[in-house]
Amino acid sequence: MTTPKKQPKKNYHKHNPNTATILSILFAGLGQLYNRRYLKGSIFIFIEGAFLLAFLDALNFGLWGLRTLGTIPGTDHSIRLLVLGVLSLIVSVIAITLYVFNVLDARKQAKKIKKGWVPLSFKQVIKEVYDYSFPYIITFPGLFLMIFVVIFPLLFSLLLAFTNYDLYHSPPRNLVDWVGLDNFKSLFTVPIWQETFLSVFVWTIVWTVVATTLQIALGFFLAVLVNDERVRFKKLIRTILILPWAVPAFVTILVFAAMFNDDFGAINRDIIIPLFGGEGISWLSDPLYSRIAIIMIQTWLGFPFIFALFTGILQSISKDWYEAADMDGASRIQKFKSITFPHVMFATAPLLIMQYASNFNNFNVIYLFNEGGPAVRGQNAGGTDILISWVYKLTFDTNNYSMAAVISIIMGLIVSGFAFYQFRKTRSFKEEGEI
Amino acid sequence: MSSKTKSKLEVTAIYLILAIVSVIIFYPLLWTIGMSLNQGTSLYSSSIIPDNFSLEHYKWLFSPQSDYLLWYKNSLIVAFANAIGSVVLTAFVAYAFSRFKFVGRKNGLYIFLLLQMFPVMMAMVALYIFLNMIGLLDSLTGLILIYLGGQIPFNAWLVKGYFDTIPKELDEAAKIDGAGPIRIFWSVLLPLAKPILAVVALFNFMAPLFDFLLPSIVISSEENYTLALGLYNFINDQFANNFTRFAAGSVLIAVPIATIYLFLQRYLISGLASGGTKG
Repeated sequence: MTTPKKQPKKNYHKHNPNTATILSILFAGLGQLYNRRYLKGSIFIFIEGAFLLAFLDALNFGLWGLRTLGTIPGTDHSIRLLVLGVLSLIVSVIAITLYVFNVLDARKQAKKIKKGWVPLSFKQVIKEVYDYSFPYIITFPGLFLMIFVVIFPLLFSLLLAFTNYDLYHSPPRNLVDWVGLDNFKSLFTVPIWQETFLSVFVWTIVWTVVATTLQIALGFFLAVLVNDERVRFKKLIRTILILPWAVPAFVTILVFAAMFNDDFGAINRDIIIPLFGGEGISWLSDPLYSRIAIIMIQTWLGFPFIFALFTGILQSISKDWYEAADMDGASRIQKFKSITFPHVMFATAPLLIMQYASNFNNFNVIYLFNEGGPAVRGQNAGGTDILISWVYKLTFDTNNYSMAAVISIIMGLIVSGFAFYQFRKTRSFKEEGEI
Repeated sequence: MSSKTKSKLEVTAIYLILAIVSVIIFYPLLWTIGMSLNQGTSLYSSSIIPDNFSLEHYKWLFSPQSDYLLWYKNSLIVAFANAIGSVVLTAFVAYAFSRFKFVGRKNGLYIFLLLQMFPVMMAMVALYIFLNMIGLLDSLTGLILIYLGGQIPFNAWLVKGYFDTIPKELDEAAKIDGAGPIRIFWSVLLPLAKPILAVVALFNFMAPLFDFLLPSIVISSEENYTLALGLYNFINDQFANNFTRFAAGSVLIAVPIATIYLFLQRYLISGLASGGTKG
């Protein structure tokens, strides 16, 4: 590249970067043509042309829909308009990115030409373009799917929170309107929402912290026990302890729901009543006992993963550490505190954080156990409902979509804020960045 | 007390704890198997050791009245498509993020991290409306597409973390030998990344088999049910609450899955630990 055979014929320093920039601002691709990059130029021209021809009307309509959410009840379907609007927004962002890229590219190229850089031969250009665009090409299918399945729905929910979309404002019969922050206000001021939100929120936090910590503690404890060199049949024991993880969770949760049944469940009939007498415990109809039962079930379900993970880490800790500690006469507790614990926690911190996040969003166990019940007076969520199962009920039982979106946003902020803070502190994140 | 007796006592205590834990683990599992062998449909008259041992529920599941085999087939279709598709998609994305410099790389990583925190639930309403608009509601294709797109943020991190541990010198060497990026990917990285790709495949094979939430929203007609939905309906049906039948159906899905899991658990852990902690 640095030793071109043919010397530049013309006085290349007349080539003006500003001309290239202005041309490519006027219409994408013109600047590249000016730079004599004909292939690239035509591709950009083609893309912008196609975009203007095919999408401009649709985009206009989409953005109009996004702004107004329709004007004629019965004809305009507000929610479809919202969907189209969000999609138009995404397409616009992509188009603008490409456009900016085009301008920058033209300018950079023109500057290079001015400095005397000779355009490569066609074959070299093809290779360069291929190398350059390779990462974009291979990420495209995945990102494309992700835009539709993850990013688009999240944006949609985000916007829904600022509308009045519920049972009484639902298309096609009625229009949906933008209401600004009204939903957020009523969540914190209307008594029934306020009370429900507060109690569900507090229980969600308690549930996340207690259930996750219990499963981590139990998994850790058992991993240390089994790792003891005096224990035999390690393989068999490990297989047994991993069993709850291996059985599909929805099966075990439903089985537990039956076992905890107040009237004829096995827990009451075979354990509580024979041992303690009485009527048995109302596991499904008393909020407190339901909560205890759910935490126990989640511990049962969740500890094997932690156990398996920690077992792997424990085996990888070098024996030298312990031998050195023995020489210094360290007690078992000291060894645990200064060697085992830091090792394990350091190696698994991101995964443990994920455990907390996943329990915060653990819909399955709450909903399948007794659908978030039992019902509680004075609020519109059940006694074991966490935020996510409450959102589900608001969406699919009472069709209060906008309120569901408000609560989803609050949830998203909590989890992502917490996790982001934690992740940044861990080693793995700091090493990111450079390749 | 001599240190020997102390040690013996300790070991006994460890075994005792492990025994108690084992009982707690096995109790619900054995109870389910016991239920599935009871006659009749009611939970009340059934017990863990059946008085009237019978295989009638298993026979029923395979009889023409039941859609059980159809659900099994649906679940397997979704699971296989999801496993294969997600390995292909994520491997490419992770390769780009691990080995190339391109516009938006760093921000892309942050976005992935952020996106995997958001609950799927948040997307449900939009997905429902969107699938309805493009005519993929109540279809296995729609379900598969959602799984495939949704797994990318998490798994891309996992696989990228693993790719990062493979020395870049190997790429360089291959490049000097004249290999292009596709060739490097195929002959250098993929063979070395087999463990993590197996983990991704397995996770994404299992996820649809375990999942209840998404199918319950996307799928509505009985011939498209996955196993989780079908089994849930056995016990949730107001008029035909049938726990013993549910138990039988569950045993037939839990046994193969648990077997696969137990066989592969070692790879699962090592892959997850290396990808997840170094990512």
